Amino acid sequence: MDGSGIRQALSMMNERGSGEGAGYVAYGIYPDYRDCYALHVFFDNIRENKSVVDATLAQWGTIEHDEAIPTYDRPNLRAVHTPWRYFFKPDPSLAPASTSPEDDIVSALTMRVNTARRGALIFSSGKDVGVFKAGGWPEDVADFYRIEDYEGYTWLAHNRYPTNTPGWWGGAHPFNLLGWSVVHNGEITSYGTNRRYIESFGYTCTMFTDTEVVAYLIDLLVRRHGLEIDLAVRALAPPFWEEIDRMPEAEREWNRALRLTYAPAMMNGPFAIVAADAGTMIGFTDRTKLRPMVVGECGDRLYISSEEAAIRAMEPKVESITMPAAGEPVVGRVAP
Amino acid sequence: MTIGSLPPRYRISIDPVRCMECERCIENCSYGVFRRDGERILVNSRNCTACHRCIACCPRDAISLEEHPCDYRSHPLWTREAREAIYNQARTGRIILAGMGNALDYPVIFDRLVLDACQVTNPSLDPLREPIELLTHIGKKPARLDLRRREGGDVELGTSLTPNLRVETPIMIGHMSYGAISLNAQVAMARAAKETGTFMGTGEGGLHSAIYPYQDRMIVQVASGRFGVNIDYLERGAAIEIKIGQGAKPGIGGHLPGEKVCTEISRTRMIPEGSDAISPAPHHDIYSIEDLAQLVRALKEATEWKKPVFVKIAAVHNVAAIAAGIARSPADAVVVDGFRGGTGAAPRVFRDHVGIPIEAAVSSVDAKLRDQGIRNEISVIASGGIRGSADVAKAIALGADAVYIGTAALVAMGCRVCGNCYRGLCPWGIATQHPDLVERLNPDTASEQVANLIRAWTLELAELLGAAGINSIESMRGNRDRLRGYMLDESLMQVLDVKQVGA
Amino acid sequence: MAKQVAIDGKGVHYTPLNQRIRKAVEDGADEIVVSNVLGQRFIGDGLRGNVTVRIYGVPGGDLAIFMSGPTVIVHGNAEHAPGNTMDAGKLIIHGNAGDAVAHSMRGGKVFVRGDIGYRGGIHMKQYETQCPILVVGGSAQTFLGEYMAGGLLIVLGLNGPIKAREIGSGIHGGEIIIRGDVDAACLATGATQVPFTDEDRARIAPVIREYAGDFGLDPEPLVSADYTRIIPASARPFVGKYTWE
Repeated sequence: MDGSGIRQALSMMNERGSGEGAGYVAYGIYPDYRDCYALHVFFDNIRENKSVVDATLAQWGTIEHDEAIPTYDRPNLRAVHTPWRYFFKPDPSLAPASTSPEDDIVSALTMRVNTARRGALIFSSGKDVGVFKAGGWPEDVADFYRIEDYEGYTWLAHNRYPTNTPGWWGGAHPFNLLGWSVVHNGEITSYGTNRRYIESFGYTCTMFTDTEVVAYLIDLLVRRHGLEIDLAVRALAPPFWEEIDRMPEAEREWNRALRLTYAPAMMNGPFAIVAADAGTMIGFTDRTKLRPMVVGECGDRLYISSEEAAIRAMEPKVESITMPAAGEPVVGRVAP
Repeated sequence: MTIGSLPPRYRISIDPVRCMECERCIENCSYGVFRRDGERILVNSRNCTACHRCIACCPRDAISLEEHPCDYRSHPLWTREAREAIYNQARTGRIILAGMGNALDYPVIFDRLVLDACQVTNPSLDPLREPIELLTHIGKKPARLDLRRREGGDVELGTSLTPNLRVETPIMIGHMSYGAISLNAQVAMARAAKETGTFMGTGEGGLHSAIYPYQDRMIVQVASGRFGVNIDYLERGAAIEIKIGQGAKPGIGGHLPGEKVCTEISRTRMIPEGSDAISPAPHHDIYSIEDLAQLVRALKEATEWKKPVFVKIAAVHNVAAIAAGIARSPADAVVVDGFRGGTGAAPRVFRDHVGIPIEAAVSSVDAKLRDQGIRNEISVIASGGIRGSADVAKAIALGADAVYIGTAALVAMGCRVCGNCYRGLCPWGIATQHPDLVERLNPDTASEQVANLIRAWTLELAELLGAAGINSIESMRGNRDRLRGYMLDESLMQVLDVKQVGA
Repeated sequence: MAKQVAIDGKGVHYTPLNQRIRKAVEDGADEIVVSNVLGQRFIGDGLRGNVTVRIYGVPGGDLAIFMSGPTVIVHGNAEHAPGNTMDAGKLIIHGNAGDAVAHSMRGGKVFVRGDIGYRGGIHMKQYETQCPILVVGGSAQTFLGEYMAGGLLIVLGLNGPIKAREIGSGIHGGEIIIRGDVDAACLATGATQVPFTDEDRARIAPVIREYAGDFGLDPEPLVSADYTRIIPASARPFVGKYTWE
C-alpha cells in the first residue's frame, strides 16, 4: 500500500483535529536498509545540531547512510524543523551485559538525545519503519512528506487536537520507539503514575504529551519483560476486580498477578489506541469504552479507526464492520 | 513564692439559669472539676482538660468553656507553652511528657495541596453509575511475570505471588495498643475494620482474647519489647508489623506506666503485673539493616511464609534511604509515620521537634523506590495526621498505597483531642483502663461510628477519583500530576514533585 | 519405642530444613537429629511439640526463636540470639553463644555450657506462671540482663571471672545470680545487689542440678558455692525521669 489511501482516510476525520499536528507511520518502507535502525530526527538547525548526533551515533556504531527526508513546501505548513534520517547499525559489543544489545543501544541513544534537548529529537527508531509527522492538517503533512511515495504493509495515521500541551512537531502522533508505534485518541488520566513508573526503568518522557508513555510501556512489557502483546495490552487495560474475581481459578490467578505486577502501568481515562510493530497491529480501548473504535476487515486487510467512514474511504467494499468491547484487544498479525 | 500558680488553661462556667442540678457533669467528669455544695454545683476549672464530656452530657447546655481565660502578656517568641514548660522543668528537673500528636504550629502541607478534576478534555466519572475501584492489595509484588501461552491458548503463570492483604478501601486503622487504649475501644475498632473490609493494627500490647473473633482483620505488631509476641499471636494475625519507630517519638522507646499494667494487660502483654512495660528504643536483635531483614525472615519463617510482614518507621530525615533498604528485604510493606502521628504519651521535645511531615516523607520514599526501580514491589502505607478523605487522596497521589488512621478513629468514638491520654482518666472510655470509665464506651455504638467514618471517607474518595477521571485507585497512586501546590515554596514543591497552581 | 528421624543439613536452606523438622514433628517423631548444620538461621523457629532436636554443627542466628515446647540440643557453638522470644521448651548449647542470648525470652530454659556475648538475657520477662531461665556456664559480657523484666539468669563463671560490666542496666524484674563476688562498680543504674539467702539457694538448686546433669558436671560444688544476687531497685526504673505537661 502506498500512503495515498490512508491520507484520504485520515482526512475524513478532519473534524476531530485542529490542524496543529498529524502524522503517519509505515512499516516495510526501507527494504534496502532493512537491517539498519532507521532513525528519523527533527533538527532545529542542521548546522548547529547535526554534528552532535553524528558524533554520538558514530561512538555507538556505524551510520550506513544518512540524508534529509525529502519534503515539499506546503503553503499551510511552516517547516520549523528539518527532518533527517539515519540508517544506523549499533555495535552490539558495546552493550555486552544486555540480551538485546542493539535495541538497548538505540533505545538509550534515543532517550539521551531527546533528553539533552540540543535541537535534535529522534522520533522514530525502528528497523524498516518510519514516522512522518509535523504540525498541520493531515493532508498538508502527507503532502509535505509525499507519503504516497512510500510503499508499506502496515500504516497508522493520526490527526491531533492538542489540549494539555502545545501543538509541536514532536507532540504529533504516531509515537515510536524501536519497533513499536502508537496512535491514541483520548487523554490518559493516569499519566502521572504511568510516566513515573516507566521512567524508573530508564525511559525518559520528552514529548510533553501522554501518548508517549504508551509506546514505552509496550516496549517495556513486550520487548524487555517478554509478554505477548495481547497480555501486555491486558496489563494496560485490565479487567475490573469484580470480573477477575468471577473467573475460573487459573485464569483468575494470572489476571490477578498481571494486574498487581503492572498496577502502575495500568492506563486510566478515555482512550482508543492502535499500536503496531513489524508483525502486529493491535487496537484497544479503555476499560469503560469512553472513546470510539471501529474495526473493519476485508480479505487479509485489517482496519482500525475512530470512524467507519475512514475505513470505507479506504476500502469501499469492506466485508465486516464491528465495534469491539471495552478493553478487548483486536489483534492483526502480518502474514509471513 | 518563686513561681506560684500559673493561670488556668480553661475556665468552666455554669449558667445558673439553665442548670437543673442533675449532676450529670459531676458523674461524668473524671478529672474532678465539679462537686456539689449544698444547693449549688461548684467548679474547679484548674482540673479541666477541655475533654468536653460535661458539655456533651449536659441536658440544658448550661456549661460553657473558655480557653486561656487569663493569658500571659502576649509574645510571639515566649509563648504560653514555652513559659509553662520552663516553670514545669524548673520545679521538677524532669523530661516533660505529653499526649496526642505534634502541637507546634507548623504549616500543614496537605492544606497547601489541591486536587484536580476533569473538564472537557476527558470526562469525569460518576461513581453512582461507573465502577470506581478502591480495592488495594498490600504486599510484595513481583517485578515482572513469567506468563506464557500454552498451545491451545491457555495462559500459564510461572511466577508465584506472595500473600497480599486484600483491603476494600485504602484506609486502614493504625496501631493503638491495648494498654494505651481500652479494650472496648480496641474491640470497637476491630469490629469496624471487619465490617468495612479493612485491617487494623494491634499496637504493641498483644492480642486480647476479646479480639480473636476479628483476628483475620488484625495486623499484629512486634515491637522492641516483644510484648504479647509468641507463635500463637503471630499465627492469629492477618499480617505482622515490626515497629521500628513511631512518628510521635522517633528514635526512642516507650513506657506504659506500671499502674496501668493490670491483670488483663499483664496477661495480654505477657509481662509482670505492676511493672513498667518498657519498650527499648531499638530492637536489641536489630542493630543494622541486615538484622532487620533477619527479623523479617524470622517472622516469615515462623509463620511458614504465609503472612505479609510490614515494617513501620518514623518519618525522619533519611526516611527514603531507610525505606529503600527495607524494600530490599523480604518485607511486604513499609509504614511511614509522619511527625504528626498521635501517641498516648511522648516526651514533648520529641513529639514537637523530631521527624518530618508525612507529605514530604511519603513523596521522597516513593521517589527513591522508583529511582531504584522497585516501587511497585513493596507497598507504602502513610500515617500520621490523616484527618479526612482529602488527606487520604493527597497521600496516595504523593505515592502511598494506603493510609493508617489513628486519632481520626478515636475522634469517631468521641475523643475530643484533649491530649490527656497519659493520665488514664479518659472520660470517653478510650484512653483509660478504669473499669467504670471503660464501660462508658459501648463497643456496638462505637464500632458503628468508626465504620461510618471509613465508609464516608471511602465514598468521598470514590467521588474524588471519579471527578479526576480515574476509575481505579492504582492510577491515583503517585500521580502527582493531579496535585498542585498552593503557596508552597519551590524547594518543597520539588520534593513533593508537584507544580504550583496555575501551572 | 521412640521414633527417631535423621536429617542431613548439609547445604540445605533453613526453610526446607524447618519444613522437614515440622513434618517430622507432625509425623510423631520423638527425636530429630540434624547433622552437618552450618549457619542455617531460625532452626526450630516457632516450633511446637515435645520433640527433641539434636543439632550437630554450628547453627545460625535466632536459633529456636519463638519456639514453644521442644528441646533443642546443640553440639557446637551458637550464633547470636539463640532462644530469642522463646515461649517454652529448652535450649541446651554445648559450646559458646553470641550476643543477645535469650532476648525477650518469656518461658523455658536456655543452658549454655560455654561463654555468651553481650546483652545476655536482655529483656527476659515473666508473667503469671511463665518464668524463663538462662544459665551460663562460662562468662557473660557487658549489659548482662539489660532491661530484664523477669526470669532467672544464672552465670556460673566456670571458665574464670566474668567480664560483664553494666550488669542489669534498666532491670525492672527478675533476678541475676552470679557465682562468686561481683564488683559493685559493674552494676548498672537500677540494679542492686542483695544478700544471697538460703531460700535463694534452695530455689536455684534444682536448676543447677538440672544444668549439671545436662552437661555431665558434678552439681554439688556448684549448689554449695557462694553467689551474688542482683535484683531491680524498682519495678519502675525510669519513673523519676518524667513529669507531665
